[in-house]
Amino acid sequence: MIEGQAATISVLVENSPGVLARVAGLIRRRGVNIHSLSVGPTEDPSISRMTIVVDTPPERTEQFAKQLRKLVEVRRATAIDGAATVDRELALIKVNATPGTRMEIMEIANVFRASVVDLTDRTMTLEVTGKGEKVDAILSLLSKHGIREVARTGQVTLLRGPQAT
Amino acid sequence: MARQLDAPTTRRTRARTQTGAQILVEALRREGVEILFGHPGGASLPIYDALYDARDIRHILVRHEQVAAHAAVGYARASGRVGVCTATSGPGATNLVTGITDAMMDSIPVVAITGQVPRPVIGNDAFQEADVTGVTMPITKWNHLVMDVGDVAPALQRAFYLARTGRPGPVLVDVPRDVSQASCVPAFLEGVPVPTYRPTLDGAPRQIAAAAELLAAASRPVIYAGGGIISAEASAELTALAERTRIPVTLTLMGKGAMDELHPLCLGMLGMHGSVYANYAINEADVILAVGVRFDDRVTGRLADFAPRARFIHIDIDPAEIGKNKPAHVPIVGDAKRVLAALAAQARAPQIDGWWRQIETWRTRYPYRYRPRDGVISAQYVCEQLQRLTGGEAIVATDVGQHQMWMAQWYRPRGPRAFISSGGLGTMGFGFPAAMGAKFARPDRLVVAVVGDGGFQMTMQDLITAVEHRLAIPIIILNNGALGMVRQWQTFFYGDRRSASMLRNPDFARIAEAFGARGIRVDRPEQVEPALRAALAEERGPVVVDVQCDPEENCLPMIPSGQSVAEMIIDD
Repeated sequence: MIEGQAATISVLVENSPGVLARVAGLIRRRGVNIHSLSVGPTEDPSISRMTIVVDTPPERTEQFAKQLRKLVEVRRATAIDGAATVDRELALIKVNATPGTRMEIMEIANVFRASVVDLTDRTMTLEVTGKGEKVDAILSLLSKHGIREVARTGQVTLLRGPQAT
Repeated sequence: MARQLDAPTTRRTRARTQTGAQILVEALRREGVEILFGHPGGASLPIYDALYDARDIRHILVRHEQVAAHAAVGYARASGRVGVCTATSGPGATNLVTGITDAMMDSIPVVAITGQVPRPVIGNDAFQEADVTGVTMPITKWNHLVMDVGDVAPALQRAFYLARTGRPGPVLVDVPRDVSQASCVPAFLEGVPVPTYRPTLDGAPRQIAAAAELLAAASRPVIYAGGGIISAEASAELTALAERTRIPVTLTLMGKGAMDELHPLCLGMLGMHGSVYANYAINEADVILAVGVRFDDRVTGRLADFAPRARFIHIDIDPAEIGKNKPAHVPIVGDAKRVLAALAAQARAPQIDGWWRQIETWRTRYPYRYRPRDGVISAQYVCEQLQRLTGGEAIVATDVGQHQMWMAQWYRPRGPRAFISSGGLGTMGFGFPAAMGAKFARPDRLVVAVVGDGGFQMTMQDLITAVEHRLAIPIIILNNGALGMVRQWQTFFYGDRRSASMLRNPDFARIAEAFGARGIRVDRPEQVEPALRAALAEERGPVVVDVQCDPEENCLPMIPSGQSVAEMIIDD
C-alpha cells in the first residue's frame, strides 16, 4: 500500500473552522505527502479525532507531533510508532460481476468477511473492513474481475489497552 | 482527554450595547495598548471611526502597511510589550504579510488587526477581498476570522494572550466590516482566555540537576544564548550563571545584547559572520548550554560538523525546538528566566582555566579587523565609530545585508532590547521602520537606524512619518552602491559575475531634505565622525546620513553556507 516508510499520528483537535486546513498545511509545508487522513467526532462532540498516515520515516514523526501540538486548536498529538494498536480501514469496492463470476467473488468476500452491499447484473459492491494490508489483499484478488471503483476511508487507530491514544 | 478543562466564564462588563469596532477599541484599551501602527481603508472604516474617539490610543498613520508591521515589531522588541498593527482588507492585509512573517521567524509578539469584506460577500471575490486568514495561516501563531460581533472581545483577548505567552509570535484577527458595525453588549472573558494553551514554564528539576552536573564536570563548556533570553527577560539570570561558573557566553544575532557584550565572559556573536574565537570555542566545546536558540543554519552551518564533540543541554520554552536540528542530551522545556535561575542556584564552577587560556589566545589572535584604503570609507570604520560614540548604549535597528553583519560584529550593546535586526527572515526594508517603532516605544533612548542603500529604498517612503512625528532617529546609510551581500556571494561563489547587484542610487541627502528631514552626505573618511556626532545629537527629527562606503569591501570572517568552521574564510 505505501511505498517506503509510513507513520501514523493521532490528533485530537477542537471542532472549529479551519482546523483541518491548519493540520494539513503544517504537514504540506514540510513537503510530506499525506497518505490518508480520517476525521470524525469523538465521545465529546466539541473534539474531533484525526488519524493521519504520512509518508515519512518514523524518526520524524515525533517532530511532526511536536509541531502539531503547537497549533492552538490541537489538544493532543500522538506519534504512534511501535506501540500495540488497533488499526482499521473500511473500503467499498465495486467490481465487475456477471452471473457466471458471482460465486467466485462471493467466495473471496467470505474469506475476507466482506459483505455484499449492492448487486446489479453487471457489478457487485463489497464492503470490507480491516487493516490496510487486508484491504490491499482483497483488492489484488478481485483485480482480475475488473475493479470499477474503490472508496477507502483511510486508517483509524487507537492504542490497545486502557491508555489514551 | 487528560483532564477536563474549565471553560472561561464571561462577564457583562457594561449593560449598554456597543458596536464591534467600539468593542475592539475597548479590548485594545484593556490590553494596555497605547499605540498602533496602521493604514485605513474601506473594510476598516468602522474601526477607524471608533479609534477617532479613543484619545488614549495613538494611531500612527504609515504610508505602506509593511511599515506598520515592521514598526509593531520594532516597538515590541524595544519595549517587551505586544506591538499592534492594522490594515484594511485585501491589499492592505497582504502588505502586512512580510512583517508578520518576520515576527513569526523571530518570535516577536505582534497583534495584527485586519478589516475584511462584509460577511455576506466573503468568498464571492468581493472588491478588496483576500483570504487573509488562509494566507497568514503558516505565518501566524494563531489567526481568527471573527464571524459574530459577540466574538470580538474574546478574540482580541485570545490574540493578545497567545501573542505574548509561551514562545511569543504574531497573531492576526480578521474583522468583517459588518461585524465591526453590528452591536452587542460586550462580554469579556475572565481568567485565562485560552485555558487549553499552557506553556511549560518551570524546567524539570531532575533535568536541571543533570545540567548542573554536566556543566560542573565540563572541561571546555560554552553557553550558546539567543533571542529566547531577551523574550524571557532573562539577561540577569544568564549573566549570574556565567559569572558563577565562568563559562564563556556566545550570542546569536537574535541574542545580541542578551548579555553585556563588553563583559569579559562574553565572546559576542557566533555563526556565519560571527567572530573566529566564538566559532572556535563552540566547535571545540565538550558541553554546550543552549538557551533560547534554535540551532539555525546561519549558526551551525553543516549540522553534522557543528560542535562534533559536544554534549548539549538545550533549554527552550518550545518543546518542538528541542532535538529539532541537534539531539539534546539534557532537554529542558521551560521559560529561560526560571530555568536559568534554578540552574544558577545549583551550578558549580568547572575547572576551565586552560580552556580560558585557549580562548584568550584565539581572541587576541583573531580580532575583528578590516583594511581601510586611503581616502575610502570602510563600512566597518563607521560601525566602529558608532560603537565608540554611543558606548553601546543606543538602541540600534539594522536592515539586512553586509551592514547588518558589520554592525553585529562591531556594535556591542550593553544590554537587551538594544539590537533590533531581522534575524530569521532576513527582511530588507525592516531597519528603518523598526527603528521608528523602537523610538515610539522608547522616546527617552537614542535610537539609531543603520541601513544599506538597497534595503532603505524598500521602505524609505515612510521618512515622512518620522518627520511628521519628529522622531529624532539618525538613519545611517552604509552606501556601497550595491546589494553588497549579493555582490559578495557573487564575488566568492559565482566568479564575480555581478548579476543585478549593482545599484544606481538617488541622492539620499536631498531626498531627506525633500521630506523635511535633515540630510548629510559623507564622502571622505574624515567627515564620518563629525557627521555621526551631528546626527546623534539632533533632537528635532530624523537625520539621513548618506555615507559613501568602499564598494569592494567583503564581510569577513565567513563560514560559507552549509559548511563548517574548518572552511571559515578569515581575513588574516
